[in-house]
Amino acid sequence: MAVHPAPITFDDPHGGHGHGDGAGHPPHLKHYFVSSEQQFDASKLGMWLFLVTEILLFGGMFVAYGIYRSMYPELFTEASTQLDTVMGAVNTAVLLLSSLTVAWSIRAIQLGNKKLCFWLLVATVALAGMFMVVKYFEYTHKFDLGIFPGEEMVYAEGTTFTLPGLGEENFGPAVDEHAAEGDDHHYVPGDHGLTNQRAGLFFSIYYMMTGIHGLHVLIGMIAIGILAVKTWRGKYSAEWYTPIENVGLYWHVVDVIWIFLFPLMYLI
Amino acid sequence: MSTVTTAPAPAKTSAAPAHPPGHEPVHNYLLEPGPGPDVKGFARVWPTVKAWATTVDHKRIGVMYLFTVSVFFAIAGCAALLVRAELMNPDMDFLTADEYNRMFTLHGVMMVFLFIVPSIPASLGNFALPIMLGAKDVAFPKLNLMSYYIFLAGASLAVYAILSGGIDTGWTFYTPYSDTTNTAVLPMTMAVFVAGFASILTGINFIVTIHKMRAPGLTWNRLPLFIWALYAVSIVQVLATPVIGITMVLLAMERLVGIGIFDPALGGDPVLFQHFFWFYSHPAVYIMILPAFGVISELMGTFSRQRVFGYRAIALSSVAIAMLGFLVWGHHMFVSGQSPLSSIVFSVITFLIGVPSGIKILNWVATMYKGSVWLTAAMLYSLAFIFLFTIGGLTGIMVGALAVDIHLHDTYFVVAHFHYVMMGGTVFAMIGALFYWWPKMFGRMMSETWGRISAGVTFFGFNMTFFTQFILGSQGMPRRYFTYLPEYHDLHQVSTVGSWFLGLGLLMVLFNMIWSLFKGKPAPGNPWGAATLEWTHTTSPPDHHNFHRTPLVTHGPYDYDVLFSGDGYGGDGAGTPAPVPNPEVGGPQEMGKSVDLGLSQPKPKHD
Repeated sequence: MAVHPAPITFDDPHGGHGHGDGAGHPPHLKHYFVSSEQQFDASKLGMWLFLVTEILLFGGMFVAYGIYRSMYPELFTEASTQLDTVMGAVNTAVLLLSSLTVAWSIRAIQLGNKKLCFWLLVATVALAGMFMVVKYFEYTHKFDLGIFPGEEMVYAEGTTFTLPGLGEENFGPAVDEHAAEGDDHHYVPGDHGLTNQRAGLFFSIYYMMTGIHGLHVLIGMIAIGILAVKTWRGKYSAEWYTPIENVGLYWHVVDVIWIFLFPLMYLI
Repeated sequence: MSTVTTAPAPAKTSAAPAHPPGHEPVHNYLLEPGPGPDVKGFARVWPTVKAWATTVDHKRIGVMYLFTVSVFFAIAGCAALLVRAELMNPDMDFLTADEYNRMFTLHGVMMVFLFIVPSIPASLGNFALPIMLGAKDVAFPKLNLMSYYIFLAGASLAVYAILSGGIDTGWTFYTPYSDTTNTAVLPMTMAVFVAGFASILTGINFIVTIHKMRAPGLTWNRLPLFIWALYAVSIVQVLATPVIGITMVLLAMERLVGIGIFDPALGGDPVLFQHFFWFYSHPAVYIMILPAFGVISELMGTFSRQRVFGYRAIALSSVAIAMLGFLVWGHHMFVSGQSPLSSIVFSVITFLIGVPSGIKILNWVATMYKGSVWLTAAMLYSLAFIFLFTIGGLTGIMVGALAVDIHLHDTYFVVAHFHYVMMGGTVFAMIGALFYWWPKMFGRMMSETWGRISAGVTFFGFNMTFFTQFILGSQGMPRRYFTYLPEYHDLHQVSTVGSWFLGLGLLMVLFNMIWSLFKGKPAPGNPWGAATLEWTHTTSPPDHHNFHRTPLVTHGPYDYDVLFSGDGYGGDGAGTPAPVPNPEVGGPQEMGKSVDLGLSQPKPKHD
């Protein structure tokens, strides 16, 4: 626990009962807090608790992953070959770099360097955008191949099924629609070489986990973008940078979740 | 080191006491300076509506939550009365089998997700927690208001689901049926998902407030037990709710795009859904009951005029229940085909929960021993709580035993068990809490006489309704059936008649509340002579900012002797009297004023 910089009377930090006079306390200090210290500690504890809920949210999906991996190990081995390790590795590097920039931006604002902080936040948003672009290419490539979650999964023509849930409607269309439209792509839906009848289950988990993670990246981009604008306008300073610190924490968690997703999905 | 200045007692003069500007006694969180007499019609009402809709005051948010959950309690209660009425006879009297399914699902989903989960923490907790801590507000007031609106959004989705045909899965949404039924499962799962956010935000707010915003001198060992209970509840809310969130998302995606994670046809596992669901929903029953434990601890202390026996044991048993509650979800799944070993482990841990629960009950009883028990309506409800919760808890041990559960699984015995805990426990405690805190919230006393009568009627009606269901269940009556064999007819009729008494008792409580708002006697600052901060240091109803000066806490929450005799500890080691609260804002001094409430309890001695 840090020592209060000056003696504090608990009676009333506002001096008298006045509100809006601004005397006696900095503008960012809410009236129901005794000190900036208390306000900062409270915000940070709240953020940590929120991050715990994020971990548990993903925890449910990691449990599903673990259970189905132990139930169908051969499915996971086969289906994960469809994932592009290079793209995944690039994305890992990009996210790690963005964690560095966001951590650096906190350091910059602690030292009062608002300009550096602003540019580092912008860099973070750019790197997050890069992550999403790579993700976009990964997703569309799979869609072209007919790799969809669950019962939407398209198999090559002639694949025989024994599972009751997979009926005739799951057979891939014989016509290559893209080729007919004169598209550059020449993928035929179902032409992915997967024969495991439960492949849809693997990609359900893949799409759910990476999709919800991607949603968190998008939310993070918006939040960091807002922070960047506010930093540009000089709202934050070495005295008060709590939002940057908290969003930074959030961003690290988004990063850490990907650090687990990447090897589980792409590598093993 | 921080310097702490206590309030110097203002010199008493014959003139009216000086109040800080804007803090005359009439000025409180319920009242706004009204518009002048020339403003007519809608413009007269609008500022008040706007002020309430945008308030970040925890007290107003608590009142809004109280109103909202009461509405859902009423709707879901009417659904229950309909279900009971249909069961009066084995024939289809006025509900078809399909309508019956939708009706009990409506009752279950609304009661669980829209009433009990937010009931005590979000309404009374929001109101009382910051004041009991000596804080001006919760740590994140805007988040608090946001949680209320998120809750409203979730509730709207639930109402939409009901209006668009309702759902017939039961409140448990078990797959694969919830995958395939044509009813409105999608909006209902989204309602649960959204309402879960409100629950999480409240939990985060409470934990941070308790950790960071306690008044000087308010150590963990001086926290009121209601706060300890809310702390344990918040931990469960924060840790468990995200899991139901992701489960509902997965179920929704299952229905939308057929991801198949819970669908055996695609290689998924429906039992996994049950694991996910109960991983939240078993801890959730502790979200529902732990605040009630906290309430009962407060009431037992105050109305026995005695320090709560085993303070630390009660406080820590709340935390123990919260922790153990995460490890017992499998006892809902003894017949689902999970491995016998895990069933045994879950069964043993379930028995362990009985230990901290038993500690609480024994301590409450011991608190009353040799105390001067004051049988107010609130105390009667908490005595009913102890009686009913003991039955509910012990039958919980019975259904937690493997062999017995095979016989009783999915029978009325289970229905009776959780109604004894949820209704006989939480709802009785909440009504007791309302009688207790109502004067503080609205500045009016409820009718004690009618309160005591209603306690008797609800207690009688409740036992008539649900004790019969223990017998029905042990004879094999399965739950969720709209019809039954003729040999169950008599007991079903008794149970249905009992539900009318129960409804009558609850209506009496409702009318008592409404009556008190208009005709109730004005409440003094501390009508019960309690020793926690919300009674000793604020007016009834409290001021906008709760306190004029942050209180300095020098004694425990149940040290009635110290508080009212003034012979205690001033906190400076020199034997000076305990600091006297500011007379302007109520407190023990006000008890000396002759406010005759018609209550029989002798007034505590004070100087």
